[in-house]
Amino acid sequence: MSLWNKHAIFEKNSILLLIGVLIVISIGGLVEVAPLFYLKSTIETVEGVRPYTPLELAGRNIYVREGCYNCHSQMIRALRDEVERYGHYSLAAESMYDHPFQWGSKRNGPDLARLGNKYSDDWHRRHLENPRAVVPGSIMPAYPWLAKNEVDLSHIDQHMSVLAIEGVPYTPEMIEKASADAKAQGTDDDPGAADLIKRYPKAQARAFGEKGRLTEADALIAYMQHLGTQVDFKIYDDKANLR
Amino acid sequence: MSVTSNDPKHVDAATGTSTTGHEWDGIRELNTPLPKWWLYIFYATIVWALGYWVVYPAIPLVSSFTKGAINYSSRGEVIADVDALKAARAPMVNALAKASFDDIQKDPKLLTFARAQGKAAFGDNCAPCHGTGGGGSKAFPNLVDDDWLWGKGTLDDIQATITHGIRSTDPDTRQGNMPAFGDGVLKATEISWVADYVRSLSNLSVDAGADLKAGQKVFAENCAACHGDNAKGNQELGAPNLTDQIWLYGSDKVTIVEGIAKGRGALMPNWGDRLDAGTIKALAVYVRTLGGGR
Repeated sequence: MSLWNKHAIFEKNSILLLIGVLIVISIGGLVEVAPLFYLKSTIETVEGVRPYTPLELAGRNIYVREGCYNCHSQMIRALRDEVERYGHYSLAAESMYDHPFQWGSKRNGPDLARLGNKYSDDWHRRHLENPRAVVPGSIMPAYPWLAKNEVDLSHIDQHMSVLAIEGVPYTPEMIEKASADAKAQGTDDDPGAADLIKRYPKAQARAFGEKGRLTEADALIAYMQHLGTQVDFKIYDDKANLR
Repeated sequence: MSVTSNDPKHVDAATGTSTTGHEWDGIRELNTPLPKWWLYIFYATIVWALGYWVVYPAIPLVSSFTKGAINYSSRGEVIADVDALKAARAPMVNALAKASFDDIQKDPKLLTFARAQGKAAFGDNCAPCHGTGGGGSKAFPNLVDDDWLWGKGTLDDIQATITHGIRSTDPDTRQGNMPAFGDGVLKATEISWVADYVRSLSNLSVDAGADLKAGQKVFAENCAACHGDNAKGNQELGAPNLTDQIWLYGSDKVTIVEGIAKGRGALMPNWGDRLDAGTIKALAVYVRTLGGGR
């Protein structure tokens, strides 16, 4: 009886086949996935990556809710043309506090990994309200309701607690001050801004839209204006992190 | 349908090939072996794949992974690619970086290069706000006319604006705000007067019964400090000329009243952190060729 004929045992017994498939996939998973959790080189050691501020996190939730990831990636691949257009290729460390990550797999629109500070808040507001108003050939849908809806911050502290369980270094103080921090970030010259920046270095605090109210568009713009701005690539050592 | 025989050794008489051993209503399924040429190529690809394990990074170890015989890394490759690109561009880029704007104007080869590089950089970085052709839109200035909000439209002025931005986070940014006069400075009627007066400056129709005299007085007391007594603007402060037909936000009275009441102050990012000095120089040259340069 050759080996070929022994395979008939699997072909003729569905439960055995299922167990066989499970074993094969488990080996693949153990070899390809498990090492990423213990190899230190998976995530680069870099300065500057911090957890999202509450307002950025609220904006990120809107980004996910509206399905922005369906058309926009946040992953500049290590290819020359991408680096030429978008800037430094993305680092694993830059999305280490993303649960889930927003790398995306499809680009109907451009990559957004280094969108932060590229365009003005005003541009983003107009663009969200009607992309054609600023980019005539755009095929992006309009999101006019974002500037009308007040951003819902009632559960943002709970969201942060859950992320803390997943390993994002939110301190009890950060969680306690969540909604105050969100308001401080979205207001011009707020007295709480200094504390916010102490907790979240490089956080940008200002009125992202209309003064006096904090809309979903404001949160989303706060999130977009921070994308890709945390790592200072002037001091990042490429050669030390070859993968 | 019934299986009447289950003999795995059964051989089909017509083809000489063994069958799977099942029979359905007298029909048997040939168990034709894979063609030899196909099978050996399949085995060969498996052996070929083992080569990748040796040559490329492959097998995870306890604290590291096998680096492979050629020490390949995708990041190393992109760094080498970008370096090769920089080296290929270096002669022209360095020449551009060293040249003064006067030199660039005089050297047709350098000028062509600067325009081409500027055009490419404009498409990705500037076009989203200023438009593909530089025509601008509401709140985003038109770059093809010769009306300049900041500076006089010289290459140095344009370079400074691109590098440091307008109302950006750069310490050398161009700074100047149109305050919100509706926040307790002017009454609604005063804003209406001065809006009519401003429209009258560029020969636009004014509301029936508009009090232009009162508007002029409000203007002199509140607006002239930045926009000038003659309302011709001030390019040091980004205060627009109010006597021409060029409007950044719109010339209708509602828009003017909104601007006076709530203030204006659009931001242009500082590109000095994002783009290298040569690219900014190329952009300045390109923007100037759009039509409005001086």
